[in-house]
Amino acid sequence: MACKNCDSKAKLYKELDALIQEHKGSREALMPVMQGAQGLFGYLPKDVQILIAEGLDLKLSDVYGVATFYSQFTLEPQGENVISVCMGTACYVKGAQLVLDELKKELKVSEGKTTPDGKFTLNATRCLGACGLAPVMMINDEVYGRLSANMIPGIIAKY
Amino acid sequence: MVNLKIDGKDVSVAEGTKVIEAARMANITVPSLCYLKGINEIGSCRVCVVEVKGMRTLQASCVLPVSEGMEVFTNTAKVRASRKTSMELILSDHDRQCLTCVRNQNCELQTLSEELGIGEIRYEGEQILRAKDLSSASIVRDQNKCILCRRCVAVCQNVQKVGVIEATNRGFNTTIEPAFEMNIADVACINCGQCVVSCPVGALSEKSEIDEVWDAISDSTKQVIVQPAPAVRVALGEEFGMPIGTVVTGKLVSALRDIGFDQIFDTNFGADLTIIEEGYELINRIKNGGKLPMITSCSPGWIKYCEHQYPEFTENLSSCKSPHQMVGAMIKSYYAEKNNIDPKNIVVVSIMPCTAKKFEANRPEMVDSKGIKDVDYVLTTRELARMIKQAGIDFVKLPEGEFDPMFGESTGAAAIFGATGGVMEAALRTVADVLTGQDLQNIDYEAVRGSYSGVKEATVNIGGRDFRVAVAHGTGNAKALLDDIKAGKANYDFIEIMGCPGGCITGGGQPIVPSRVRAVEDVFKARSQAIYSIDKGLPKRKSHQNVSVMNLYKDYLGEPNGHKAHELLHTHYEKRGLYKD
Repeated sequence: MACKNCDSKAKLYKELDALIQEHKGSREALMPVMQGAQGLFGYLPKDVQILIAEGLDLKLSDVYGVATFYSQFTLEPQGENVISVCMGTACYVKGAQLVLDELKKELKVSEGKTTPDGKFTLNATRCLGACGLAPVMMINDEVYGRLSANMIPGIIAKY
Repeated sequence: MVNLKIDGKDVSVAEGTKVIEAARMANITVPSLCYLKGINEIGSCRVCVVEVKGMRTLQASCVLPVSEGMEVFTNTAKVRASRKTSMELILSDHDRQCLTCVRNQNCELQTLSEELGIGEIRYEGEQILRAKDLSSASIVRDQNKCILCRRCVAVCQNVQKVGVIEATNRGFNTTIEPAFEMNIADVACINCGQCVVSCPVGALSEKSEIDEVWDAISDSTKQVIVQPAPAVRVALGEEFGMPIGTVVTGKLVSALRDIGFDQIFDTNFGADLTIIEEGYELINRIKNGGKLPMITSCSPGWIKYCEHQYPEFTENLSSCKSPHQMVGAMIKSYYAEKNNIDPKNIVVVSIMPCTAKKFEANRPEMVDSKGIKDVDYVLTTRELARMIKQAGIDFVKLPEGEFDPMFGESTGAAAIFGATGGVMEAALRTVADVLTGQDLQNIDYEAVRGSYSGVKEATVNIGGRDFRVAVAHGTGNAKALLDDIKAGKANYDFIEIMGCPGGCITGGGQPIVPSRVRAVEDVFKARSQAIYSIDKGLPKRKSHQNVSVMNLYKDYLGEPNGHKAHELLHTHYEKRGLYKD
């Protein structure tokens, strides 16, 4: 029986290849191709960065330099659910650190990392633009506002 | 021409000139750190700021082009305060271990700190301590001394087209390193050392083998034999305050003798030997339908570049070892036999203008079946200068010494190996005589000399046959040449490639010339004039006229490219990937 996971992986690489072919040899397309690749894989593993570098006539060090410069790019596989805790000024003043600490405790994972079961990735982010609801976090596309530490276990339990 | 005023002086310069260079023409040195003319012009360190009338903010003069009627002020209170603040911030995240630094007294940061009168550093911020990268046989990276000027990145990416280091991460965490925090030995670094000679501070240096060499000299059971490369003798004097382009061959030999080496042979002898082997290899390839174009193999930086980036060309590489490896192999075989010494008790030290030679000497192909290395240690020109200083030798006052006879004779053809085009010219001088059976007198092949063009081409008629030849220096230029060959746009019989721009005389192991001197002096030109003056001054200018080399064939090696020559003087290459898994 064919490996289902492998099929989907092969499909991702096929899509990546199409994306690279579209921008073949064009160094200027680095950012959109990296964004596209991260959209496909959820992160930017080494082999993907190598394919991008070779396709766009760049060096791996160029791609890696950009990948580590922008916080939107990640080199770590992302969990099924990505939690982004806003650490902007308003949220920070309203106790975002306590929310983040509670999440670390609840999920037993450090900032920027993914739980061993692959269910959650915990990120701290810059301002999410919902200061009126501070402190705020997002889980995937869902926004949670006016948080306090004691609300965290209940929210996590929903996923 | 554009007319402007700098500190009240009228200056007239070509359009497009940057203000920092225009100031130099008015005898004003604007301090700078990240700027390396023609290589890194990014205005990032902010040390070269100047005031410009009508502009609200200070301008980085290394990226600011001149304009008509511009009024520039390079030494105002505002400028001085800004430079000082920038310097203090740079120094606040620098380890400041000057006393024990390899660049002590030849450090641009140290010089500027003195010139700008940095008396104290007001910003005692956090410092990130990073482990040194000691993985490479050639190059050491110490990020604690790095000031993030990106000169190394520019030369690696844009000039050499190797591109194995880049700025990674962001802000305070920024470092210059290979992707995925790999060690420099695990990426496609070619060990050329152009990053080292571009670095203003001690963040990049050669892997020193000075202590090992002193230990060998002190060991009474070892016979320690040294050989300097052609390019060393036209640059070493700079380390002792002599002008760029001074020929110091005799003093070099005397210094080596005073240091305590037992025999002083000459890599130039090996260069002549290389020409015989390589010349016959070329003739054989042409006669027997071998792989063409044949490409020279003297430059280990180029060899590793080829193995990583153009593995399809490794069969085009001449199988000849490089000259110092040939001399090493002859010392450990012929010399050892003649003098009845166990090669295990011989230590061969090469003095090279090159950091890649350290890697080359450690290649498994350069070790024989009994574990005997052709060359045990490689020192750069800079390391030799340090040893001379450590030994308390007054270099400038040394008498003119002579090489020892067995491998000490050399011709003008060997001397020019040090400059781009030299190996090609030396080979043509011999190949032309061999193929025509004459002693040709017109032997100055000017078309392959000089550094003005990255790729030089010529068609040379020898005995009625046209030889199409090309010369490239710097791997960035080699890439352009190889891409043209791959695309079918160019076709040659014989190609010389040197890994460093300009060839060995401007190699990664040569004395480091500060950026402000490089901006006004043509280092290549001065050193190459010295090289060609050696050639002109020698009675014999063709490798096959080297009597010691020809006797070596009669007495020991047999025929050029013969069985024994192949065993001792030839090598092979590997195809390397770009990334380690």
